[in-house]
Amino acid sequence: MNQTVVSYLSQYEFYDFLIKLFGNNQTLLAATIYVLFSGIIVAVMATIGGLGTYAERKISADIQQRIGPNRVGPYGILQFLADGVKMITKEDVMPFTADKMLFYLAPMLALIGVFATLAVLPWSSGFMMADLNVGVFYLIAISSLVGVSVFLGGYASNSKWSMLGGLRGASQIISYEIPVTISVLAITLLAGGMSFGTILSHQQGLPTNWFLFHNPFAFVAGFVYFVGALAETNRAPFDLPEAESELVSGYHTEYTGMRFGFFALAEYIEVFVVCGVGAALFLGGGNLPFDTDLDIIPTQLVQVTIFMTKTLLLYYVVIWIRWTFPRLRVDQLMAICWKYLTPIAIVNLMGCAIWLVVFNGKSMAGLLFGSH
Amino acid sequence: MLPAQFDGLMPIVILMGIAVLLFTGGHFLSVLLAPKKPSHLKSTPYECGEIPVGSAWSAFNVRFYVVGLIFIIFDVESVLMFPVASIFREMNDMGEGGYILVIFLSFISVLIEGIGYCWRKGDLDWVRSYQVSLKNNK
Repeated sequence: MNQTVVSYLSQYEFYDFLIKLFGNNQTLLAATIYVLFSGIIVAVMATIGGLGTYAERKISADIQQRIGPNRVGPYGILQFLADGVKMITKEDVMPFTADKMLFYLAPMLALIGVFATLAVLPWSSGFMMADLNVGVFYLIAISSLVGVSVFLGGYASNSKWSMLGGLRGASQIISYEIPVTISVLAITLLAGGMSFGTILSHQQGLPTNWFLFHNPFAFVAGFVYFVGALAETNRAPFDLPEAESELVSGYHTEYTGMRFGFFALAEYIEVFVVCGVGAALFLGGGNLPFDTDLDIIPTQLVQVTIFMTKTLLLYYVVIWIRWTFPRLRVDQLMAICWKYLTPIAIVNLMGCAIWLVVFNGKSMAGLLFGSH
Repeated sequence: MLPAQFDGLMPIVILMGIAVLLFTGGHFLSVLLAPKKPSHLKSTPYECGEIPVGSAWSAFNVRFYVVGLIFIIFDVESVLMFPVASIFREMNDMGEGGYILVIFLSFISVLIEGIGYCWRKGDLDWVRSYQVSLKNNK
């Protein structure tokens, strides 16, 4: 990894300057570059998370025929900055019965879990922070930290609303992890590898090469993944852990000020990550549908743009769903997960395996038109 | 000396570090800027204005525990399936497709057996006692 970064950089003139700065210590050089890019990604994601709250309010206003935020900045677009400043300047109240250590730790765990998933998010074919060979596996594993933080937040508050919200959140997140994992497993099967690089390299070309259209089972698996991902990020109609009409606001009832802000930020970034993974697994990620003779940097930029467009479209669908469907009941939630999504996901997995063997790895388009 | 595999994992460690820094930084800012006027009533747990009775750390519905158990079974099984899934295509290209398909499907059939057992036992119903008593009265 370091070797590729360094060898890529050595083409350019400022490499001499870098050599002067770091000597021949490649690890240090790569670390500096990673810190730089991590900083950029985190800044972009924080902005997108903030704009997510704005988009959510504006789109909900649009759906409910209201105007929405329109005071701060043009069309109210700076509303999220105002919200952020407000959160920083709010008093930090902690219940005297709370477990102080865990109460402090919970939002940090949510942030760590979400930021760690950003490392494997495939922005383009060349620009991934870490193209791990266990990419999707790592993603599923590390995003469970958010579930831990939800439960920890609920438990540590020592408030009845929080406790109920935390318990619901934990059971919901772990339950919906099963259909999501099995759907991702189906894609691993089709791609023949767990890394995002492998998965994306199988989806190059026209949309008919996307895994969503690879076979009918993968098509259904895409929808199972999306529904499961909605539930894992506690989005409506699965927002039982923070159901405001029953549990005040669930696991973060006792959180005020900046700590609440971090929970909200983590949630919005997680929605983005989940949409991005959906776009990469099923919608071809940042792959261009045709060959271009662009240079390496413009190609990567175009790919990042395509990836972001797909992800933000999915993000819009998530918000759209939130303001369209009413919330489920707890028993309905569990029934949908265990009695519908999980069996459907298992059937999809078997179907994908059988399809792969019977048609020797060809996609539907490949069978119909005889290509690829 | 750091292990060779660390290179690939370095971005993850850096991003986690940034998360910790962001959290402590934001927290530090809020300590600087936010007002501090604590009172006993303000720091009681919120219960819609009532003074809370007892601790929230009490007994809770046993269903959450059962869901956790079922989750662990399925999670471990899907973890065991990941290595097989990632070599499936390679094996198929080598002409061993039927062989690995039989192994894979027989493993999934154990998974289906597990979910069928839980379903039949009524553990997938959230309100189990009620549903089971309905069935017995029929």
